[in-house]
Amino acid sequence: MLRYLTAEALAAYPRLRDSMHRDRTAQFRDRLKWAVTVDADGFERDEYDAMNPLYVIWEMPDGTHGGSMRFLPTSGRTMVHDHFPQLLNGADVRSDRIWECTRFCIAQGAGAHVAGALMLAGGELMRAFALTHLLGVFDARMVRIYNMIGATPEVLGSTGEGRDKISVGLWHYRSQDRQAVLRRARISSDLSEYWFSRSFGHPINRRIAA
Amino acid sequence: MKRLKLDQFLSKLGEADALEQIQGLIVGLRNELRIDHIVYHWVSADGEQYGFGTYDPQWVQHYVDQEYLRIDPVVLGCFQRFHPVDWKRLDWSSRAARGFQKDAIAHGVGNQGFSVPIRGPNGQFALFTVSHATDDETWAEFTQSTQRDLILIAHFLNQKALELEKGRAPEPVRALSPREIDALTFLAMGYSRGQVSEMLSISEHTLRAYIESARFKLGALNTTHAVARALAEGLIIIGGAARAATGNWPGRKVPRAAAN
Repeated sequence: MLRYLTAEALAAYPRLRDSMHRDRTAQFRDRLKWAVTVDADGFERDEYDAMNPLYVIWEMPDGTHGGSMRFLPTSGRTMVHDHFPQLLNGADVRSDRIWECTRFCIAQGAGAHVAGALMLAGGELMRAFALTHLLGVFDARMVRIYNMIGATPEVLGSTGEGRDKISVGLWHYRSQDRQAVLRRARISSDLSEYWFSRSFGHPINRRIAA
Repeated sequence: MKRLKLDQFLSKLGEADALEQIQGLIVGLRNELRIDHIVYHWVSADGEQYGFGTYDPQWVQHYVDQEYLRIDPVVLGCFQRFHPVDWKRLDWSSRAARGFQKDAIAHGVGNQGFSVPIRGPNGQFALFTVSHATDDETWAEFTQSTQRDLILIAHFLNQKALELEKGRAPEPVRALSPREIDALTFLAMGYSRGQVSEMLSISEHTLRAYIESARFKLGALNTTHAVARALAEGLIIIGGAARAATGNWPGRKVPRAAAN
């Protein structure tokens, strides 16, 4: 199931939090060989985790992490601006209605439906909070996964080659995409509303237009 | 809210050029939504406060006198978040917070609330709040049906506050990126979004992100407003200067044959 949790709220779910940081170590340090910081507990963490970001996490039946991503608004400090400004190709996208999505992580062995559920959650955030776009940093493998689940970002710029390639891209919100994303994630609209409402205390407005 | 009503409100807000007009619009919106209160609250880094809305002025004064800003879980909670929050989700566990809540309810604020944190250019912070005295179920229904509208209204009100209270803004407008300058310049010259995206060799959706970013940095209400402001601030130049500029301006009839 999906949980939307700020870093502060995640503290109440130590099992979920710790397994997320371990899965991030496995993905970003061990598999992708990124130069990330891993602490003595084996948790991959960076400075943005300390900025009370919003996480969307797929929780497994045993309470551990199945996949996740992390959001911060581009009106504040973001990874794209701090570390990959050249990938924006002369753009400097900043708005409280455009959020940055980083550390998209899938636990080893988690099914394709997890990626689909996370993409659904990204769309739900855009719909709920009237966002115009999400700005993402991702690796080459993620591009294939995004394509597969029908959420292809528009790549603004890339660096590196082959599997080391890192890209910055944009997703824009289109209300008509929701049904297709729900179908691919094999999640009903009601269930998605329920998960959202459990995290935020209120469901998303079900009407299509504002 | 019906779409038309929202559009009407936003367009009237766009035209407003005095605080009294905005206050009037907010009262009208409050009546329209049939809730107790709508409030906009801008808190500067130095703790200075500015705002407007329907709270009892006595409560506003009391809030300042009691220095409630320091313990108000709504302000503290919104400062840590960037997404809207139902007051029930905030931390009311401290004695001070519970005392504050009791006092607020006694002053007619209501037992329910929904607040939208707003981050403006250069770290500006404000919040937009609706509050009401009702049960949980009625409130959940209300926030469900209006939250998207409330978020849009919050952002537009903040742009308006930035415009009216320029002196309060933390710093001058943030520099536009080259891509944003290109986009606004071509729009100012009268090209459509489709044409501009073609000229810049980007998709229309990416162009929209650049425009949204420029709008945010300029503290503008919409694209037209952003273009007007960029022109006024001298951030983009069109007309004679643009025509005289060297380079391949789109739409320009380059006298290639004549040149050869």
